Amino acid sequence: MDWECVIGLEVHVQLRTQSKIFSGASTAYGAAPNTQACAVDIGLPGVLPVMNREAALMAARFGIAVDATIHPVSVFARKNYFYPDLPKGYQISQFEIPIVEGGHLDIETPEGSKTIRITRAHLEEDAGKSLHEDFHGFTGIDLNRAGTPLLEIVSEPDLSSPEEAVAYLKKLHGLVKALKICDGNMQEGSFRCDANVSVRPKGESKLGTRTELKNINSFRFVEQAINFEIDRQTTLLEEGGRVIQETRLYDPDKNTTRPMRSKEEAHDYRYFPDPDLPPLTISEEEIRSLRESMPELPDARYQRLVRDYGLTEDEASQLTQDLEWADFFESLVTAADGESRLSVNWLLGDLASALNREGLAISECPVSTQQLGALLKRIKDGTISGKIAKKIFATVWENGSDIDTIIEREGLTQITDHNAIEAAVDTVIASFPAQADQVRSGEEKVIGFLVGQVMKATAGKANPKGVNDIVRKKLLG
Amino acid sequence: MPHQFSLTTLRGMLRRREISSTELTQHFLNRIDQHAGLNAFISLDHEGALESAKKADADIASGQQGALTGLPIAHKDIFCTRRLRTTCGSKMLSNFTAPYDATIVERLSAAGVVVTGKTNMDEFAMGSSNETSYFGNVQNPWDTTRVPGGSSGGSAAAVAARLVPAATGTDTGGSIRQPAAFCGLTGLKPSYGRVSRYGMIAFASSLDQGGPLAQSAEDAALLLSVMAGFDSRDSTSINETTPTAEALLSKPLEGIRLGLPTEFFDTSVDATVLGQVREAIGVFESLGAQLVDVSLPNSSAGIPCYYVIAPAEASSNLSRFDGVRFGHRSEDAPDLKSLYENSRAEGFGDEVKRRILIGTYVLSAGYYDAYYLKAQKIRRIISDDFARAFEKCDVIVGPTSPTTAFAIGEKTKDPVSMYLNDIFTNTVNLAGLPGLSLPVGFDTAGLPVGMQLIGRFMDEASLLSLGHRYQQETDWHQQMPEAFS
Repeated sequence: MDWECVIGLEVHVQLRTQSKIFSGASTAYGAAPNTQACAVDIGLPGVLPVMNREAALMAARFGIAVDATIHPVSVFARKNYFYPDLPKGYQISQFEIPIVEGGHLDIETPEGSKTIRITRAHLEEDAGKSLHEDFHGFTGIDLNRAGTPLLEIVSEPDLSSPEEAVAYLKKLHGLVKALKICDGNMQEGSFRCDANVSVRPKGESKLGTRTELKNINSFRFVEQAINFEIDRQTTLLEEGGRVIQETRLYDPDKNTTRPMRSKEEAHDYRYFPDPDLPPLTISEEEIRSLRESMPELPDARYQRLVRDYGLTEDEASQLTQDLEWADFFESLVTAADGESRLSVNWLLGDLASALNREGLAISECPVSTQQLGALLKRIKDGTISGKIAKKIFATVWENGSDIDTIIEREGLTQITDHNAIEAAVDTVIASFPAQADQVRSGEEKVIGFLVGQVMKATAGKANPKGVNDIVRKKLLG
Repeated sequence: MPHQFSLTTLRGMLRRREISSTELTQHFLNRIDQHAGLNAFISLDHEGALESAKKADADIASGQQGALTGLPIAHKDIFCTRRLRTTCGSKMLSNFTAPYDATIVERLSAAGVVVTGKTNMDEFAMGSSNETSYFGNVQNPWDTTRVPGGSSGGSAAAVAARLVPAATGTDTGGSIRQPAAFCGLTGLKPSYGRVSRYGMIAFASSLDQGGPLAQSAEDAALLLSVMAGFDSRDSTSINETTPTAEALLSKPLEGIRLGLPTEFFDTSVDATVLGQVREAIGVFESLGAQLVDVSLPNSSAGIPCYYVIAPAEASSNLSRFDGVRFGHRSEDAPDLKSLYENSRAEGFGDEVKRRILIGTYVLSAGYYDAYYLKAQKIRRIISDDFARAFEKCDVIVGPTSPTTAFAIGEKTKDPVSMYLNDIFTNTVNLAGLPGLSLPVGFDTAGLPVGMQLIGRFMDEASLLSLGHRYQQETDWHQQMPEAFS
């Protein structure tokens, strides 16, 4: 039987506020355990939550970006359950009336553009962390994260492959970063995803029983986890079994999912409106002013890169997945006196692979747009060859000095003197008569060998295209 | 003797330097020790009180006194204090000291009060007799075989016995007004949001309000003017200027219309209580008030409505007492589940457990609509009843409680009859209105009778002005139990 899968994602986006959603404590990551948890975060008797307005405005910005309804009045509710890293015994969240409802995000698929509906996005506080290592039979609790503002973005089950799920996540990731409401750091848990996955016979309209996959904190793991789960469910059903609705934990080390304790499934969260917090209101005026101050979003940026710089759709799409790349690109073009073609080739080529090799983000790039721009200008004006440029790039990457200084110091200026190149070509032809004869008798592919020898003799400083022309002229007339 | 004077009088004496705060404080501390048998206090702070008194005397000498400088008071043990532990009357918090002061504590201290100690109370403010306290029951100074009322029973007994001239309390369903009535005091439950709840350990967040237990309306106004006011740490606190004590007492009362709800004057109320209340109404009439018949047709739904909403909120508010970060932790906790179960089983008393169970039940899937949601609708209807009544009158009057103080142990086996004590008070919390209990006489056994005045939202001034005017004509509020005079 042919099967198809249905996927919906719940993404927890950590909002980039200075302080927590209901207290004045800092949200900075990485501090010593429990040093950024105040009386409110710890849930001491008598303390009360006070809404951080900034978090609400960030949520509204997201709502505007995905064309959703922003409820003028939304309500905080308590989600009651006991857990050691949940200090109050309840999490303040939004239940019946979330701040953002509806909306959509469009993704690119091999079959073209596809609209993924967003069900809702609601504000809530994060819990702390349980630390199971180094406590010799005990569990440590770090409440630094408790009270960090989260926007939980829930999609409709509109995704029909792991690839689509990843495309949606990447799009969402780029969007919240572009909106400057999330730093997008997945290692630090600023952008986390749970996936609801089910399978059904192809063509069937009724949804199959779903499982919820938790703990997926990279794009790669999302794809792997969903793939594993689709296989697991399909095999189960084909063998006449039944999928149980449950929460499963993804284990990236083993690339499997396993059920979480069923007890945790039996939760009745007993939601009710939090009496400590009045309903959250957002005025039309505020929404209007947010709308007016929206930054350029990835889709608009994409259009503009294609239109203004003549980039291919694929290039524009690569640069707008994370707008820091687009920013880098535009700044590079300026530094390179408008050389957009050369800029995009270098950015997505040498620079991207160097970053990838070192595992660095574009924001951590050791070569500045000024430096790279200067290098591209020297290629453009013929001072250096592309090959030499790669060498210089590597030097700058390692030692970060001035491009022109390196060119001068290392004597890397391209040989543009026609006579000098001709002399070098003559020497090579004389040294490799057999190969020269091959070329003369029509084996053109041997030209490359001779050009290579000339380049070697000139330490790469000759212009390869010029060398090629001279070799051809001399041997083929 | 200084304990025979009201807070306002003592304030004048301090300012005129007829007595020092140190003398005054020492005198009250001695009385507290002498009458320890009432069990009105959970924690005492002789040293801290005398230190504050010394500082107060210096401030008075240098002319830097605040509104309440040098006046000894006591705090209900529900308000967090840095200096003293805050137990909330529970074993759960018997060793808990907060790292901060509640807003009420902070404000009163900034105004110069001397804190003598923390008073006994029903556990987590759940009770109407102070019998659910982990620290034992409190005696009513008017008859030590009787309860002082609750949950602010320790504060009420302490003021009634003049162990302190005034004290703070909290009122979720009548916990200031009913003990005030039982102990012959003037007790005010302010409008919801008038007084900050920050640092006041939550019982039912949408109903809880702090307020004063005092000897007179004048004293209550003085305390309220200091305690009240917007607090950015409490999102439900109301951003409105607090009237001065003078303004709270001097609202013009000519032609004020007093509404008498038929439902508050029925046969379920003790006859002598009704008699004293009617007599007091007569005094108001002679002072120029007009009497109007009004109706609060849904007030009988108040108790069931309250006993859904308050436990629902409590069940969630008390979840933080889990033995993990603070409070009682069971010794017998081999795993996480038993840590929770045993810490809570050992740390909470029966009444608290009962309400957590009720609250958990009414919020559960499948019951939420039938109980919690329905109670919220009834709450709205009860509020609407008051709004309609206030179209015809300015202040609603009636008995505070259907009876006078009952005997210790009399109702402990019957929670429902205990709950019925608050039949006239808890609708006021449900509607968020201000309520004042005034002493208006005694029953045949010599026990005080209280009368309740209910005002429009944020109109404490009408209540306190009426009370003050009444107390200028009568001396019920000046009566003291003989054994403590």
